Amino acid sequence: MLLLPTLALVTLLVFSIIRLLPGDVVTLMMSEQGYAGDKAKLEQMLGLDQPFHRQYITYIGKALQGDLGVSFWTREPVLDEILRRLPVSFELAVLAMFFGVLIAVPTGIFSAVRQDTWLDYLFRSAAIGGLSVPGFWMATVVIVSASIWWQWVPPMRYTPFARDPVKNLSQLLLPAIILGFALSASVMRMTRSMILEVLREDYVRTAWAKGLGESMVIARHVLKNAMIPVVTVMGLQLSALLGGTVIMESIFVLPGMGKFLLDAITWRDYPVIQGINLFLATSIIVLNLVIDVIYGFLDPRIRFG
Amino acid sequence: MASAIRVIRRKPLGALGGVLILVLAATAVLAPVLAPHDPIKVTSTERLKPPSLNHPLGTDDFGRDILSRVIYGARISMLLGLGAVAISTLLAAVIGILSGYYGGRIDTVLQRFIDTLMAFPAFVVLLTIMAMLGQGLGNVILALGIGATAGNARIIRSAVLAIRENQYLEVARATGCRDWRIIARHVLPNIAAPIMVVATLGLGVAILSESSLSFLGFGVPPPTPSWGAMLSGSGRTYMIQAPWMAVFPGIAISLAVFGFNMLGDALRDLLDPKLRGGTGLGQRLNQ
Repeated sequence: MLLLPTLALVTLLVFSIIRLLPGDVVTLMMSEQGYAGDKAKLEQMLGLDQPFHRQYITYIGKALQGDLGVSFWTREPVLDEILRRLPVSFELAVLAMFFGVLIAVPTGIFSAVRQDTWLDYLFRSAAIGGLSVPGFWMATVVIVSASIWWQWVPPMRYTPFARDPVKNLSQLLLPAIILGFALSASVMRMTRSMILEVLREDYVRTAWAKGLGESMVIARHVLKNAMIPVVTVMGLQLSALLGGTVIMESIFVLPGMGKFLLDAITWRDYPVIQGINLFLATSIIVLNLVIDVIYGFLDPRIRFG
Repeated sequence: MASAIRVIRRKPLGALGGVLILVLAATAVLAPVLAPHDPIKVTSTERLKPPSLNHPLGTDDFGRDILSRVIYGARISMLLGLGAVAISTLLAAVIGILSGYYGGRIDTVLQRFIDTLMAFPAFVVLLTIMAMLGQGLGNVILALGIGATAGNARIIRSAVLAIRENQYLEVARATGCRDWRIIARHVLPNIAAPIMVVATLGLGVAILSESSLSFLGFGVPPPTPSWGAMLSGSGRTYMIQAPWMAVFPGIAISLAVFGFNMLGDALRDLLDPKLRGGTGLGQRLNQ
């Protein structure tokens, strides 16, 4: 179990780094609102008067019981705040992954099967293009063009899925497609090169020799064997995806975790920064574990004893 | 010459990338000659002018010439990219070689640390470093360099692991070579190819990440003509009245990053067939 030491390091790192951020929260609070006249009292209230190791141990002890503390500014429990925003970011990430795969896998297969045709070059250029255009810029260009040509502007208020699924999806569609496009690039390239590799295998020649049609050979014999590194690349994308949601959430005014984190960094809200980072790091570690399990499913030779 | 033609024939997209990078580098070097105007001179009578003969790409909200700013921006982008890549490659090479060459406890400790860093979304790491360091061109370079180190160290380590058991290293050791000499003479030359690929792709990632940082207000501060800053700040505010303000720097960024990605990909195929298909590296920091 490498999970626990990594997580312990994650918390320690976040805990110490945010305390190194210039402009500490106490000074900020005193200057911003005149929260409290007494600096010592404020420090005591926030628990910042304790020595570093004490603060850390207290934090870990509470975190293990599912208590991530309360926000310095709003005094709301951090875990509740995170859980309230999580569905937005989660939905955006899942949709982006969906569009990414939807774009990447078919074009990757096509490019491999029709290697070195002009369509192959076109798809590959488009894939690298997706990696090269800043996501927020593309989003801005799309929003502005839409508002000029169709007088459409993205809604300023977020509608939860449970209240109105159609409205909710139409709101998330554009950021998800833009994120998915950037994501599709490396998945597409991996799909293409893995399929090229598998196409040269003996069992594929056998499949051809049996007289199977092209779609059958690709679907039954090539695709499944080519997918493992593709899944790995998707796993590596998760981290980029979570980073990308920060930007899309601020452009499309979505009340997700990214926006929350950005505000917390600006306001030096230590418990919130710690909570979100712990949450993100845990999800990345756990998702990578899930991907390892998917390997075993895709390739029975890889099973965990 | 003949080999150049062969490369172009085998890797047309890579050659296109190479040409884009050459244009970018030439623009960066020759900026003072090429730029028709002073990139930071404010002319209030020329505010928000659309493209014209005098200002081929229009002017911004301070009346500054966009073409000149895009040309000088190439300098900033090259500086940013090269600086960040130099930092990350150096740090990653030290970590990767220590880890891969010595193995054992050093490896375990360093790899746990890298694991930890990689558990955070790369962009969140960047934001945090920038919040710590504060704005400034040097700080952006430092942050981008540190941010890219963990992933690169992984790749360099695996390259070292791949050659560690080779006989020529054993021979060198048997003849009594010291470790530093083996590393300098035998390990480094043999991992130069993956390092070059990583560095080329890293240049593109750095330029792109700077623009995202700028968008969130953590980038290169004004009035420095950085592409990221041009298309995020007032460029976005005036997007409807003066679309040329953000459109042209956006195209410049996309072309530059496109060039580095194409070139990096082609280099990878040519230099190191084992790495083909991508390690997801070009993507790690991309939004």
